[in-house]
Amino acid sequence: MSPKIRIKLPKLTFWRAVLLVLWVLAAYVAVIRFTKGLGAVTNLRDDFPWGLWIGFDVLCGVALAAGGFTIAALVYIFDIGKKYHSITRPTVLTAFLGYLLVIAALMFDLGRPWNIWHPLVMWNHHSVMFEVAWCVMLYTTVLALEFSPVVFEKFGWHLPLKLVRSFMLVFVVAGVLLSTLHQSSLGSLYLILPEKMHPLWYSPLLPVLFFISAVGVGLAMTIFESFLSHRAFRKELELDVLVGLARGVILVEVIYLTVRFLDMINRHVLGYAFQFTREAALFWLEILLMAVIPIVIFSIPKLVVKRNWLFYGAVANVLGLVMNRLNVSITSLERWAGPYFPKWQEIVVTAALVATGFAVFGWVAKNFPIFESPVPEEPEPEAAGSEAPTYA
Amino acid sequence: MSKGILVDISLCIGCESCMEACRQKNHLKDTGEHKLSPNNYVVIENLNDEVFYRHACMHCEEPTCASVCPVAAFEKTKLGPVIWHEEKCIGCRYCLQACPFQIPTYEWHSPNPRVHKCNMCYDRLVEGKQPACTEACPTGAIKFGDRDALIAEARDRIRKEPNKYVHHIYGLKEVGGTSVLYISPVSFEQIPFLAPNLNRDEPLPELTWRVLSQLPNVVSFAGVALFGVYWIINRRIQLQKLAEEQEEHVPPEEDFVEEIPVEEEEGAKTTEP
Repeated sequence: MSPKIRIKLPKLTFWRAVLLVLWVLAAYVAVIRFTKGLGAVTNLRDDFPWGLWIGFDVLCGVALAAGGFTIAALVYIFDIGKKYHSITRPTVLTAFLGYLLVIAALMFDLGRPWNIWHPLVMWNHHSVMFEVAWCVMLYTTVLALEFSPVVFEKFGWHLPLKLVRSFMLVFVVAGVLLSTLHQSSLGSLYLILPEKMHPLWYSPLLPVLFFISAVGVGLAMTIFESFLSHRAFRKELELDVLVGLARGVILVEVIYLTVRFLDMINRHVLGYAFQFTREAALFWLEILLMAVIPIVIFSIPKLVVKRNWLFYGAVANVLGLVMNRLNVSITSLERWAGPYFPKWQEIVVTAALVATGFAVFGWVAKNFPIFESPVPEEPEPEAAGSEAPTYA
Repeated sequence: MSKGILVDISLCIGCESCMEACRQKNHLKDTGEHKLSPNNYVVIENLNDEVFYRHACMHCEEPTCASVCPVAAFEKTKLGPVIWHEEKCIGCRYCLQACPFQIPTYEWHSPNPRVHKCNMCYDRLVEGKQPACTEACPTGAIKFGDRDALIAEARDRIRKEPNKYVHHIYGLKEVGGTSVLYISPVSFEQIPFLAPNLNRDEPLPELTWRVLSQLPNVVSFAGVALFGVYWIINRRIQLQKLAEEQEEHVPPEEDFVEEIPVEEEEGAKTTEP
């Protein structure tokens, strides 16, 4: 094990140039935003106080990072099989980076980001936002711990490695609980807007729907990123693993469709979906992409074993989820508050954050052992726990 | 005793004295714009040439802004006013998003932005005085007093002139009650900022509290379930290994142990040493 990371000037490739341009633009936007206020770089206003940065960077960012807890639960708790172990590390890394980017986005979006620590000491347990703040803080810590073995392995730090491994089950359970809470709470945030939101998206079941769709997209994102890693790092795809995940997506999306449509029927709002409105069109597009297309593709035996089709199905689900979150946070309010479209500055910051995520993932994947199966995988938590004190 | 303001839309002549008094009291600039903003805490809207109405904070009995704020920057005071504590605010703007009357406004062009809204001149109330706007009103269209007394007076006015008023006191029950009450000669359906919550008597914070109050249950139940599932599955795997070692069998299939029948679980428990 060589603890050395080689540092030399990287070659300027096309994607690196794109990243550089985005960073320069985002830095410019940051300067304007922190000197002239949010109004100078966003189209936000009193009756549209949450825009792209909340709708995409936060709502989608958190949901797309759901693979972290979904896969961790399947592998560590439900123990669905050894072959799935190879995907845990890339997924945990994606989740960790996702949450760091969400926090970065909040530093742009919050009016007074230097007060971001206030929920630690100023409590309001009636506030959904308060709960989300705590869960995100705690879960980001848990993700750091879940990912830490990779760093410890790289540098050969045996004692912390043993310690973290002996508590891994606790971290995983804590992670699953925290994720369940705040994935659903992001939906609960909107429960308090019954009159403002379009009935196609307002539902007392928003927290449940947010949770189910997050689990689904957690699986789809894992397929998606396995495919990209395969292309970028020539890492052989474990096809049977991906097919297993695709079956999971079918199950989750069928449950999602059932809950969503039953709820709409019970609340007598299904009629809105059959009007000739922009909302109805966006609603159907969302349903098609998020649930129908992936279910169809993954249900056809000939297609599900083809890498390209696996990828298309996963991408459809991811796009559908993004549409759902944007519809909830933006489309559903436009009828009441008037149209909103982000300024280029909002889009640039979002793009820069996403690009940074890809770049950091690439860098970590190159320099840390995230694709190798962890050295002795989980040597029985009890055994490791009893050994740890002798090292201390 | 909780204070309040009674707005009698039939008496408002649209002179905007209240707006001017509010600006002076709060040292706000007259920007000429006619909507709620960091420079306008109260606006007199013109519904048609004869009907004017006040648009300002309703000072809810169970304020949505105070409920949603993650750092409790809003406070419903005992006197009635809902006030905002600048030093706590993190700028998440959930209050703007959630307010059922769309009252709070934001300093969108400040690097250290503040939330602005009517605070019913809380400092004057503490001194025993009445708000600047009600003091300035020449016709009594906005009247300050104890909320209970104002409710009695509103009922009285409607009873005395039943043909003049809509038989409804807005704010008596809407969103759980508000400190600012309205009586009107025109239907409340016509008043844009009041219409959406007309007859919605449930306080909005109930909608999220219903979910939040379940959290301890969810955490305990799910926590126990997760550890339980882990224990059962792990136990099965251990027993399998044990059996393999003892009898040196061909390893059985280990994948997809997703559904564990209850009988299996019982079996695992009884065979435990």
